[in-house]
Amino acid sequence: MKKIFFMIVLAGLLVLLITSVMEMPGIGSIDNPAYNEVTRYYVENAVKDSNAPNIIAAIITDYRAFDTLGETTVLFTSIAAVISVLSLGHHHKEHNNTDEKVEKHHG
Amino acid sequence: MDDLIVKTITRLIIPFIQLYGIFIILHGHLSPGGGFSGGAILGASIVLYSLSFGLEKASKKLSHETSSIIETAGILWYIVLGLVGIFMRGFFLTNRGAGFPMGEAGGVISSGMIALITLGIGAKVASTMITLFHTIIKED
Repeated sequence: MKKIFFMIVLAGLLVLLITSVMEMPGIGSIDNPAYNEVTRYYVENAVKDSNAPNIIAAIITDYRAFDTLGETTVLFTSIAAVISVLSLGHHHKEHNNTDEKVEKHHG
Repeated sequence: MDDLIVKTITRLIIPFIQLYGIFIILHGHLSPGGGFSGGAILGASIVLYSLSFGLEKASKKLSHETSSIIETAGILWYIVLGLVGIFMRGFFLTNRGAGFPMGEAGGVISSGMIALITLGIGAKVASTMITLFHTIIKED
């Protein structure tokens, strides 16, 4: 009973997803919602505003510099995560070793 | 890895890798590339060095303290550049309005804040890659 219910729900979800994919605009189409006045402003005014011929650099470090500040902070977070995970594994290993020694001693 | 061929090739090729990384960072506002890709190339050169010469020699070249100082300095440099905008104009991270020297479009020294920020990002990404790699192979 539960399985049939799940199948019906999943089939409904499949229909929903397929219909929404059919409604999506094509890749690179001129009618895309992403192609609006912001894009046109960047293409026309980026070099004038920032004196940088590379428009991508002008966008990521001038118009959207605050976003890039968060992006560089992600690198710090990755280091903190890796160091904490690795040191956690290290402590576990030491702990297991002492446990084994204690068991051997008892045996 | 104790191999003469690998060591010799590494010693020959590292200056060119680092020169290419510095070129990409300095031309971040002119050509494809920028702080992230140039910093990744710079970090990869040190990763190559520590793979072929071992962790001890690589730590002697660039210790853990130095790379964490560079990393912190990179992000602080970015924030200081943003604060310059606040004090000069009233907006965080303003380029032309904050009075950075804009230069002439197309020159290496131009576009004000963009080139300076790219330098900070490059130093930060390079030291992050080195710190991550050294931490991971130290735990083995």
